[in-house]
Amino acid sequence: MKLLSLALVILVGGLFIAATADFPHWGDPASPASRHVSPRYIEKTMEETSVPNIVTAVLADYRGYDTMFETAVVFTAGVACFLLLRRRDPRPEPKRVYRHVATGVIVEMKQEPAKEPSPSVFARIDDDWVPHDLIIMNVCRLLIPFIQLFGLYVIAHGHHSPGGGFQGGVILGASIILLALSWDLRTAMNRMAETATGLMSAVGVFIYAGVGALCLAMGANFLDYSSLGPLMFVDPIHARSLGIFFVELGVGLAVMATMVLIYKNLASEGHLDQGL
Amino acid sequence: MDMTQYIPVLLTKYNYWVYITLMMIGLWAMIAKNNLIKKIIGMSIFQTAIILFYVSIGAKYGATIPILSHGHGGAHEAAVRAVDYINPLPHVLMLTAIVVSVATLGVALALSIRIHRRYRTLEEDEILSQLREQ
Repeated sequence: MKLLSLALVILVGGLFIAATADFPHWGDPASPASRHVSPRYIEKTMEETSVPNIVTAVLADYRGYDTMFETAVVFTAGVACFLLLRRRDPRPEPKRVYRHVATGVIVEMKQEPAKEPSPSVFARIDDDWVPHDLIIMNVCRLLIPFIQLFGLYVIAHGHHSPGGGFQGGVILGASIILLALSWDLRTAMNRMAETATGLMSAVGVFIYAGVGALCLAMGANFLDYSSLGPLMFVDPIHARSLGIFFVELGVGLAVMATMVLIYKNLASEGHLDQGL
Repeated sequence: MDMTQYIPVLLTKYNYWVYITLMMIGLWAMIAKNNLIKKIIGMSIFQTAIILFYVSIGAKYGATIPILSHGHGGAHEAAVRAVDYINPLPHVLMLTAIVVSVATLGVALALSIRIHRRYRTLEEDEILSQLREQ
Protein backbone atom coordinates (compact mmCIF):
# COMPACT_ATOMS: atom_id res chain seq x y z
CA MET A 1 0.00 0.00 0.00
CA LYS A 2 2.82 2.38 0.90
CA LEU A 3 4.68 1.45 -2.28
CA LEU A 4 1.56 2.09 -4.35
CA SER A 5 1.11 5.52 -2.75
CA LEU A 6 4.77 6.34 -3.29
CA ALA A 7 4.50 5.38 -6.96
CA LEU A 8 1.37 7.51 -7.31
CA VAL A 9 2.99 10.51 -5.61
CA ILE A 10 6.12 10.25 -7.77
CA LEU A 11 3.99 9.92 -10.90
CA VAL A 12 1.87 12.97 -10.06
CA GLY A 13 4.96 14.95 -9.04
CA GLY A 14 6.68 13.99 -12.28
CA LEU A 15 3.68 15.16 -14.30
CA PHE A 16 3.67 18.48 -12.43
CA ILE A 17 7.40 18.94 -13.02
CA ALA A 18 6.97 18.14 -16.72
CA ALA A 19 4.21 20.76 -16.83
CA THR A 20 6.51 23.48 -15.46
CA ALA A 21 8.26 23.52 -18.85
CA ASP A 22 5.30 25.57 -20.12
CA PHE A 23 5.11 27.81 -17.05
CA PRO A 24 6.44 31.38 -17.12
CA HIS A 25 9.81 32.15 -15.56
CA TRP A 26 9.94 33.28 -11.95
CA GLY A 27 9.42 37.05 -11.67
CA ASP A 28 8.56 37.46 -15.35
CA PRO A 29 6.59 40.74 -15.68
CA ALA A 30 4.98 39.46 -18.89
CA SER A 31 3.62 36.25 -17.36
CA PRO A 32 -0.02 35.53 -18.27
CA ALA A 33 -1.19 36.05 -14.68
CA SER A 34 0.17 39.61 -14.69
CA ARG A 35 -1.07 40.66 -18.11
CA HIS A 36 -4.84 40.62 -18.11
CA VAL A 37 -6.84 41.82 -15.14
CA SER A 38 -4.15 42.83 -12.65
CA PRO A 39 -2.77 45.89 -14.59
CA ARG A 40 -6.24 47.35 -14.53
CA TYR A 41 -6.45 46.91 -10.75
CA ILE A 42 -3.01 48.48 -10.26
CA GLU A 43 -3.66 51.47 -12.49
CA LYS A 44 -7.30 52.23 -11.62
CA THR A 45 -7.56 51.41 -7.89
CA MET A 46 -6.46 54.85 -6.73
CA GLU A 47 -8.87 56.84 -8.89
CA GLU A 48 -11.78 54.45 -8.39
CA THR A 49 -11.57 53.74 -4.65
CA SER A 50 -8.89 56.11 -3.23
CA VAL A 51 -7.33 53.15 -1.38
CA PRO A 52 -3.53 52.89 -1.82
CA ASN A 53 -3.39 49.23 -0.73
CA ILE A 54 -4.49 47.45 -3.90
CA VAL A 55 -4.89 44.13 -2.09
CA THR A 56 -7.47 45.62 0.28
CA ALA A 57 -9.34 47.32 -2.56
CA VAL A 58 -9.50 44.16 -4.67
CA LEU A 59 -10.41 42.03 -1.65
CA ALA A 60 -13.27 44.12 -0.30
CA ASP A 61 -14.48 46.03 -3.36
CA TYR A 62 -13.72 44.47 -6.75
CA ARG A 63 -14.04 40.94 -5.39
CA GLY A 64 -16.31 41.85 -2.48
CA TYR A 65 -18.90 39.20 -3.28
CA ASP A 66 -16.23 36.48 -3.10
CA THR A 67 -14.91 37.79 0.22
CA MET A 68 -18.42 37.90 1.70
CA PHE A 69 -18.75 34.19 1.16
CA GLU A 70 -15.22 33.56 2.43
CA THR A 71 -16.39 35.19 5.66
CA ALA A 72 -19.47 32.99 5.56
CA VAL A 73 -17.19 29.94 5.17
CA VAL A 74 -15.25 30.97 8.29
CA PHE A 75 -18.52 31.44 10.17
CA THR A 76 -19.78 28.05 8.97
CA ALA A 77 -16.56 26.40 10.16
CA GLY A 78 -17.09 27.91 13.60
CA VAL A 79 -20.67 26.66 13.70
CA ALA A 80 -19.52 23.22 12.53
CA CYS A 81 -16.95 23.02 15.33
CA PHE A 82 -19.62 24.06 17.83
CA LEU A 83 -22.14 21.49 16.59
CA LEU A 84 -19.56 18.69 16.45
CA LEU A 85 -18.00 19.21 19.84
CA ARG A 86 -20.22 21.18 22.22
CA ARG A 87 -21.55 19.07 25.07
CA ARG A 88 -24.15 20.19 27.55
CA ASP A 89 -23.60 17.37 30.04
CA PRO A 90 -20.91 18.12 32.63
CA ARG A 91 -17.66 16.17 32.82
CA PRO A 92 -17.91 12.93 34.81
CA GLU A 93 -16.87 13.68 38.41
CA PRO A 94 -15.23 17.08 37.95
CA LYS A 95 -12.74 17.70 40.75
CA ARG A 96 -13.13 21.04 42.49
CA VAL A 97 -9.59 22.31 42.91
CA TYR A 98 -8.96 25.81 44.24
CA ARG A 99 -5.85 27.89 44.83
CA HIS A 100 -5.74 30.16 47.83
CA VAL A 101 -4.64 33.41 46.13
CA ALA A 102 -2.76 34.92 49.11
CA THR A 103 -0.66 31.86 50.00
CA GLY A 104 -0.72 29.72 46.83
CA VAL A 105 -1.95 26.66 48.74
CA ILE A 106 -3.94 24.19 46.58
CA VAL A 107 -7.08 22.72 48.14
CA GLU A 108 -9.53 20.18 46.77
CA MET A 109 -13.16 20.19 47.86
CA LYS A 110 -14.60 16.72 48.21
CA GLN A 111 -18.20 17.86 47.95
CA GLU A 112 -19.86 20.75 46.24
CA PRO A 113 -19.77 23.87 48.42
CA ALA A 114 -23.04 25.54 49.34
CA LYS A 115 -21.70 28.81 48.05
CA GLU A 116 -18.98 29.27 45.40
CA PRO A 117 -16.01 30.97 47.15
CA SER A 118 -15.00 34.43 45.99
CA PRO A 119 -12.46 34.19 43.12
CA SER A 120 -10.26 36.83 44.72
CA VAL A 121 -9.77 34.57 47.77
CA PHE A 122 -10.06 31.06 46.33
CA ALA A 123 -9.50 30.87 42.57
CA ARG A 124 -10.89 27.78 40.83
CA ILE A 125 -8.17 26.00 38.81
CA ASP A 126 -8.13 23.02 36.43
CA ASP A 127 -8.10 19.59 38.05
CA ASP A 128 -5.05 18.55 35.99
CA TRP A 129 -3.58 21.80 37.19
CA VAL A 130 -0.36 23.23 35.85
CA PRO A 131 1.90 25.07 38.30
CA HIS A 132 1.04 28.71 38.85
CA ASP A 133 3.62 30.72 36.89
CA LEU A 134 3.73 34.34 37.97
CA ILE A 135 6.10 35.53 35.21
CA ILE A 136 4.21 34.02 32.27
CA MET A 137 0.84 35.15 33.60
CA ASN A 138 1.87 38.72 34.24
CA VAL A 139 3.92 39.19 31.07
CA CYS A 140 0.96 37.96 29.02
CA ARG A 141 -1.45 40.11 31.00
CA LEU A 142 0.66 43.19 30.23
CA LEU A 143 1.14 42.20 26.59
CA ILE A 144 -2.43 41.32 25.63
CA PRO A 145 -3.84 44.90 25.55
CA PHE A 146 -1.05 45.97 23.22
CA ILE A 147 -1.62 42.93 20.98
CA GLN A 148 -5.31 43.85 20.81
CA LEU A 149 -4.47 47.49 20.06
CA PHE A 150 -2.20 46.29 17.26
CA GLY A 151 -5.01 44.08 15.94
CA LEU A 152 -7.36 47.08 15.82
CA TYR A 153 -4.63 49.09 14.06
CA VAL A 154 -4.16 46.34 11.47
CA ILE A 155 -7.91 46.33 10.75
CA ALA A 156 -8.30 50.11 10.61
CA HIS A 157 -5.05 50.85 8.77
CA GLY A 158 -5.53 48.14 6.15
CA HIS A 159 -6.15 50.82 3.52
CA HIS A 160 -2.63 52.20 3.72
CA SER A 161 -0.42 49.35 4.96
CA PRO A 162 -0.47 45.56 4.87
CA GLY A 163 -3.51 44.55 6.87
CA GLY A 164 -7.26 44.26 6.86
CA GLY A 165 -10.07 42.38 8.48
CA PHE A 166 -8.72 38.86 8.15
CA GLN A 167 -5.26 39.64 9.52
CA GLY A 168 -6.48 41.92 12.31
CA GLY A 169 -9.21 39.47 13.26
CA VAL A 170 -6.69 36.67 13.60
CA ILE A 171 -4.45 38.87 15.79
CA LEU A 172 -7.41 39.76 18.04
CA GLY A 173 -8.44 36.11 18.25
CA ALA A 174 -4.86 35.09 19.06
CA SER A 175 -4.79 37.56 21.95
CA ILE A 176 -7.78 35.83 23.56
CA ILE A 177 -6.20 32.42 22.90
CA LEU A 178 -2.98 33.69 24.54
CA LEU A 179 -5.02 34.61 27.60
CA ALA A 180 -6.49 31.11 27.67
CA LEU A 181 -3.03 29.55 27.34
CA SER A 182 -1.19 31.71 29.87
CA TRP A 183 -3.97 31.88 32.48
CA ASP A 184 -6.60 29.24 31.89
CA LEU A 185 -9.67 28.66 29.77
CA ARG A 186 -11.93 29.72 32.65
CA THR A 187 -10.40 33.22 32.72
CA ALA A 188 -10.72 33.57 28.96
CA MET A 189 -14.35 32.42 29.17
CA ASN A 190 -15.04 35.06 31.81
CA ARG A 191 -13.56 37.73 29.51
CA MET A 192 -15.34 36.51 26.39
CA ALA A 193 -18.36 34.32 27.04
CA GLU A 194 -19.65 31.67 24.69
CA THR A 195 -22.73 33.65 23.67
CA ALA A 196 -20.48 36.63 22.90
CA THR A 197 -18.29 34.63 20.53
CA GLY A 198 -21.29 33.09 18.77
CA LEU A 199 -23.07 36.41 18.44
CA MET A 200 -19.98 38.31 17.25
CA SER A 201 -19.25 35.66 14.65
CA ALA A 202 -22.77 36.00 13.23
CA VAL A 203 -22.85 39.80 13.57
CA GLY A 204 -19.62 40.07 11.57
CA VAL A 205 -21.14 38.27 8.59
CA PHE A 206 -24.34 40.27 9.08
CA ILE A 207 -22.42 43.58 8.93
CA TYR A 208 -20.81 42.52 5.66
CA ALA A 209 -24.07 41.42 4.06
CA GLY A 210 -25.87 44.39 5.63
CA VAL A 211 -23.52 46.91 3.97
CA GLY A 212 -24.23 45.15 0.68
CA ALA A 213 -27.97 45.26 1.29
CA LEU A 214 -27.74 48.95 2.21
CA CYS A 215 -26.22 49.57 -1.23
CA LEU A 216 -29.22 47.77 -2.74
CA ALA A 217 -31.54 49.98 -0.70
CA MET A 218 -29.75 53.05 -2.05
CA GLY A 219 -30.58 51.94 -5.56
CA ALA A 220 -27.21 50.54 -6.65
CA ASN A 221 -25.83 47.04 -7.13
CA PHE A 222 -25.11 44.75 -4.19
CA LEU A 223 -21.87 45.86 -2.46
CA ASP A 224 -21.49 48.94 -4.71
CA TYR A 225 -20.26 51.22 -1.93
CA SER A 226 -20.23 54.37 -4.06
CA SER A 227 -23.98 54.65 -3.52
CA LEU A 228 -23.40 55.11 0.23
CA GLY A 229 -21.93 58.58 -0.37
CA PRO A 230 -25.12 60.55 0.44
CA LEU A 231 -25.50 58.65 3.74
CA MET A 232 -21.99 59.57 4.90
CA PHE A 233 -21.84 63.02 3.26
CA VAL A 234 -18.80 62.18 1.10
CA ASP A 235 -18.21 61.86 -2.63
CA PRO A 236 -18.73 58.42 -4.26
CA ILE A 237 -14.99 57.67 -4.52
CA HIS A 238 -14.41 58.29 -0.83
CA ALA A 239 -17.58 56.35 -0.02
CA ARG A 240 -15.95 53.27 -1.57
CA SER A 241 -13.01 53.63 0.78
CA LEU A 242 -15.32 53.96 3.79
CA GLY A 243 -17.49 51.07 2.59
CA ILE A 244 -14.38 48.88 2.45
CA PHE A 245 -13.62 49.88 6.04
CA PHE A 246 -17.07 48.86 7.33
CA VAL A 247 -16.86 45.57 5.50
CA GLU A 248 -13.40 44.91 6.96
CA LEU A 249 -14.79 45.59 10.44
CA GLY A 250 -17.37 42.86 9.86
CA VAL A 251 -14.69 40.47 8.60
CA GLY A 252 -12.47 41.20 11.60
CA LEU A 253 -15.29 40.60 14.05
CA ALA A 254 -16.32 37.33 12.42
CA VAL A 255 -12.76 36.00 12.13
CA MET A 256 -11.83 36.92 15.72
CA ALA A 257 -14.94 35.32 17.21
CA THR A 258 -14.63 32.22 15.06
CA MET A 259 -10.98 31.65 16.00
CA VAL A 260 -11.86 31.90 19.70
CA LEU A 261 -14.92 29.68 19.24
CA ILE A 262 -12.93 26.96 17.47
CA TYR A 263 -10.13 27.12 20.04
CA LYS A 264 -12.45 26.93 23.05
CA ASN A 265 -14.32 23.92 21.71
CA LEU A 266 -11.16 22.09 20.65
CA ALA A 267 -9.22 22.79 23.85
CA SER A 268 -11.97 21.67 26.23
CA GLU A 269 -13.49 18.91 24.05
CA GLY A 270 -16.72 20.87 24.03
CA HIS A 271 -17.19 21.29 27.80
CA LEU A 272 -15.90 24.88 27.79
CA ASP A 273 -14.82 24.62 31.42
CA GLN A 274 -11.13 23.74 31.39
CA GLY A 275 -8.50 22.43 29.03
CA LEU A 276 -4.97 22.74 27.66
CA MET B 1 23.55 14.68 -23.96
CA ASP B 2 24.28 18.25 -22.92
CA MET B 3 23.19 18.85 -19.35
CA THR B 4 23.95 22.58 -19.34
CA GLN B 5 20.73 23.35 -21.18
CA TYR B 6 18.80 22.41 -18.01
CA ILE B 7 20.60 24.89 -15.77
CA PRO B 8 18.56 27.96 -16.87
CA VAL B 9 15.38 25.93 -16.41
CA LEU B 10 16.42 25.03 -12.86
CA LEU B 11 17.39 28.61 -12.03
CA THR B 12 14.35 30.37 -13.47
CA LYS B 13 11.72 27.91 -12.31
CA TYR B 14 12.87 26.79 -8.88
CA ASN B 15 9.74 28.24 -7.26
CA TYR B 16 7.71 25.57 -9.03
CA TRP B 17 10.12 22.86 -7.88
CA VAL B 18 9.73 23.96 -4.27
CA TYR B 19 5.95 24.05 -4.48
CA ILE B 20 5.75 20.66 -6.21
CA THR B 21 8.02 19.10 -3.59
CA LEU B 22 5.94 20.52 -0.74
CA MET B 23 2.70 19.51 -2.41
CA MET B 24 3.89 15.95 -2.95
CA ILE B 25 5.00 15.69 0.70
CA GLY B 26 1.48 16.74 1.68
CA LEU B 27 -0.13 14.35 -0.79
CA TRP B 28 2.06 11.49 0.43
CA ALA B 29 1.05 12.19 4.03
CA MET B 30 -2.63 12.30 3.11
CA ILE B 31 -2.52 9.02 1.16
CA ALA B 32 0.00 6.87 2.97
CA LYS B 33 -0.10 7.85 6.64
CA ASN B 34 -2.21 5.78 8.97
CA ASN B 35 -2.78 8.35 11.71
CA LEU B 36 -5.58 10.87 11.11
CA ILE B 37 -3.65 13.76 12.71
CA LYS B 38 -0.74 13.08 10.34
CA LYS B 39 -3.19 13.17 7.44
CA ILE B 40 -4.43 16.57 8.65
CA ILE B 41 -0.83 17.79 8.87
CA GLY B 42 -0.38 16.58 5.29
CA MET B 43 -3.46 18.55 4.25
CA SER B 44 -1.98 21.68 5.85
CA ILE B 45 1.34 21.20 4.02
CA PHE B 46 -0.60 20.75 0.77
CA GLN B 47 -2.49 24.00 1.34
CA THR B 48 0.76 25.81 2.16
CA ALA B 49 2.25 24.57 -1.13
CA ILE B 50 -0.68 26.04 -3.07
CA ILE B 51 -0.25 29.36 -1.22
CA LEU B 52 3.46 29.39 -2.12
CA PHE B 53 2.60 28.67 -5.77
CA TYR B 54 0.09 31.51 -5.99
CA VAL B 55 2.28 34.07 -4.24
CA SER B 56 5.28 33.15 -6.41
CA ILE B 57 3.41 33.62 -9.70
CA GLY B 58 2.50 37.13 -8.51
CA ALA B 59 6.16 38.16 -8.34
CA LYS B 60 7.73 40.53 -10.89
CA TYR B 61 11.39 41.48 -11.22
CA GLY B 62 12.07 45.04 -10.10
CA ALA B 63 8.57 45.57 -8.72
CA THR B 64 7.50 46.45 -5.19
CA ILE B 65 4.61 45.47 -2.93
CA PRO B 66 1.13 46.30 -4.27
CA ILE B 67 0.63 49.38 -2.10
CA LEU B 68 0.75 52.59 -4.12
CA SER B 69 3.47 54.91 -2.86
CA HIS B 70 2.47 58.54 -2.36
CA GLY B 71 -1.13 57.40 -2.63
CA HIS B 72 -2.59 60.64 -1.37
CA GLY B 73 -0.99 63.70 -2.96
CA GLY B 74 2.64 62.65 -3.24
CA ALA B 75 5.41 63.66 -5.60
CA HIS B 76 4.41 61.50 -8.55
CA GLU B 77 0.74 60.83 -8.15
CA ALA B 78 -0.15 60.84 -11.83
CA ALA B 79 1.62 57.87 -13.35
CA VAL B 80 0.94 54.45 -11.84
CA ARG B 81 2.57 51.82 -14.03
CA ALA B 82 1.61 48.17 -13.66
CA VAL B 83 5.21 46.97 -14.06
CA ASP B 84 6.22 48.82 -10.87
CA TYR B 85 3.93 46.81 -8.59
CA ILE B 86 3.64 43.05 -8.20
CA ASN B 87 0.41 41.32 -9.12
CA PRO B 88 -2.06 41.90 -6.23
CA LEU B 89 -4.55 39.25 -7.31
CA PRO B 90 -2.74 36.11 -6.03
CA HIS B 91 -2.22 37.89 -2.71
CA VAL B 92 -5.95 38.61 -2.41
CA LEU B 93 -6.85 35.02 -3.20
CA MET B 94 -4.31 33.58 -0.76
CA LEU B 95 -5.22 36.01 2.02
CA THR B 96 -8.67 34.50 2.23
CA ALA B 97 -7.31 31.00 1.56
CA ILE B 98 -5.09 31.18 4.65
CA VAL B 99 -8.00 32.00 6.96
CA VAL B 100 -10.23 29.43 5.30
CA SER B 101 -7.48 26.81 5.67
CA VAL B 102 -7.30 27.60 9.41
CA ALA B 103 -11.07 27.17 9.58
CA THR B 104 -11.01 23.85 7.74
CA LEU B 105 -8.16 22.74 10.00
CA GLY B 106 -10.37 23.50 12.99
CA VAL B 107 -13.24 21.45 11.57
CA ALA B 108 -10.86 18.58 10.76
CA LEU B 109 -9.52 18.58 14.32
CA ALA B 110 -13.06 18.71 15.71
CA LEU B 111 -13.99 15.70 13.60
CA SER B 112 -10.93 13.79 14.78
CA ILE B 113 -11.86 14.57 18.41
CA ARG B 114 -15.32 13.11 17.75
CA ILE B 115 -13.75 10.03 16.11
CA HIS B 116 -11.42 9.59 19.07
CA ARG B 117 -14.33 9.95 21.49
CA ARG B 118 -16.14 7.09 19.79
CA TYR B 119 -13.36 4.68 18.76
CA ARG B 120 -10.68 5.64 21.35
CA THR B 121 -8.05 5.70 18.59
CA LEU B 122 -6.94 7.82 15.64
CA GLU B 123 -5.23 5.03 13.69
CA GLU B 124 -7.10 4.41 10.47
CA ASP B 125 -6.65 0.61 10.36
CA GLU B 126 -7.88 0.20 13.95
CA ILE B 127 -10.96 2.33 13.21
CA LEU B 128 -11.66 0.27 10.06
CA SER B 129 -11.34 -3.03 11.93
CA GLN B 130 -13.73 -1.73 14.61
CA LEU B 131 -16.16 -0.71 11.88
CA ARG B 132 -16.00 -4.19 10.30
CA GLU B 133 -16.73 -5.86 13.65
CA GLN B 134 -19.96 -3.93 14.09
